Amino acid sequence: MIELRGVTVKSGSFVLPSISLQIQSGEYAVLMGTTGRGKTTLLESICGLRRVAEGQVLIHGRDVTRWSPADREIGYVPQDFALFPTHTVLEHLEFALRLRKLPRGVVKERTHELSEVLGIGHLLSRSIVGLSGGEAQRVALGRALSFRPSVLLLDEPLSALDESTRHEMHDLLRRVKQTTGVTTLHVTHSVSEAESLADRCFWLAADGIQERPVSQTY
Amino acid sequence: MAASNPWRSRRTSDTLFFLVMGGISASFILLIVLLLVADVMFTSPSEFYRALAKPEIRAALQLTLFSCTVAAILSVWVGTPLGYLLSRYSFRGRWVIDTLVDIPIVLPPLVLGLSLLILFHQPIAGWQLESALRDGLGFPVTYRWPAVVLAQFSVACAFSVRTMRVTFDQMNPRAEEVARTLGCTRGQAFWQIALPQASRGLVTAFTIAWARALGEFGPIMVFAGTTRMRTEVLSTSVFLELSIGNLDAAVAVSLLMVMLAVVVLVVLRVLGTGLAS
Repeated sequence: MIELRGVTVKSGSFVLPSISLQIQSGEYAVLMGTTGRGKTTLLESICGLRRVAEGQVLIHGRDVTRWSPADREIGYVPQDFALFPTHTVLEHLEFALRLRKLPRGVVKERTHELSEVLGIGHLLSRSIVGLSGGEAQRVALGRALSFRPSVLLLDEPLSALDESTRHEMHDLLRRVKQTTGVTTLHVTHSVSEAESLADRCFWLAADGIQERPVSQTY
Repeated sequence: MAASNPWRSRRTSDTLFFLVMGGISASFILLIVLLLVADVMFTSPSEFYRALAKPEIRAALQLTLFSCTVAAILSVWVGTPLGYLLSRYSFRGRWVIDTLVDIPIVLPPLVLGLSLLILFHQPIAGWQLESALRDGLGFPVTYRWPAVVLAQFSVACAFSVRTMRVTFDQMNPRAEEVARTLGCTRGQAFWQIALPQASRGLVTAFTIAWARALGEFGPIMVFAGTTRMRTEVLSTSVFLELSIGNLDAAVAVSLLMVMLAVVVLVVLRVLGTGLAS
């Protein structure tokens, strides 16, 4: 479960006003709003990359507001994917597992499982240079899911993809949701994406955040 | 009236552009080439080999290779964390550190040497850095080879910091941030994500530091002296040979330095750009 209680973030002159929301375990929530409202800032605050000035961030009831990103166990896919330029695709999937010092067999089994689900088995030995947008997206998603996080944050992950790849990714994200039951907060501008994936939809405006039916987002 | 041909006009403009830009650029390249040609014409192969055969020059060559390499390694060792901190973090007083780093670059070389000499010999409440190192650790610095390395390091490190900072500035910090969400500490994100990406910057920083150390003269003369067979490096050899009126040997050593610099720059550039593979 993701819970925000009066979360306020300040960055220079930009202020993200007091935000409160609750996303239940296993729910797929979509966050929408016009550009520059602070959607990315909010995701970064949840995963610990941005300091929260006021309020609390709770993950499964535990206050993680002052925890380091490493301790929050949240999978995060940023808008630009931020893949590691010196790592192969396989090394991306192994990265979080190796940090947790899991046995070699477990790492191998998990990376095999992920590559099957994401359809990137044929890419494992490749460098990330030259991957298509869809392939890079799958690698970033696999990296974020590798350590079986209970919360997944996606920041406009499909915005750079073409129409057919986007539909493939909708199917993939639905499959991930069904198989892992991960609680997801997905930032997007696309109504079709929200309609296709969301259990709930939030709208971030200048005066705060509101929950709206998906059809009334724009 | 017939309209002027825009295609021809643009082509003339482009030609003029390349002539002006190329002409200005060529003047500098020509100057360097002429300097080297003049040196080569001034000396002869026999004079060059005779200079190289002198034990003083051989000792200076060995000390130069050793001190430049140590100074460059130290410069990269210090420049990498400092460049990373300056690039990635905003903190109170960052501009002060930024300015301090540049001081060895803008300071007149003799002043830097003099400052090092004063630092090591200034008594502070009955304590002196040089005495403490010499008597406490058995490691005297002034007028010995460590002074050569320290003098070279003081300037080379400033260039190394600048290079590493630009390297990290050009790298997207997002990958390190994502690594932290995956379970990395800041240190692990630095070692496993940032540093491997900065490999070319490291090679460049090493190259620049090495080349800068090779050309260092003023601070070495003041802080390490120019004692033959002890603190003499190639840059001071040129000065010593000139001071005793041996212009042929001075030019021969100069050419040796040019060759050394070219070899190191080419080898490291090939390594840095991956052309070797």
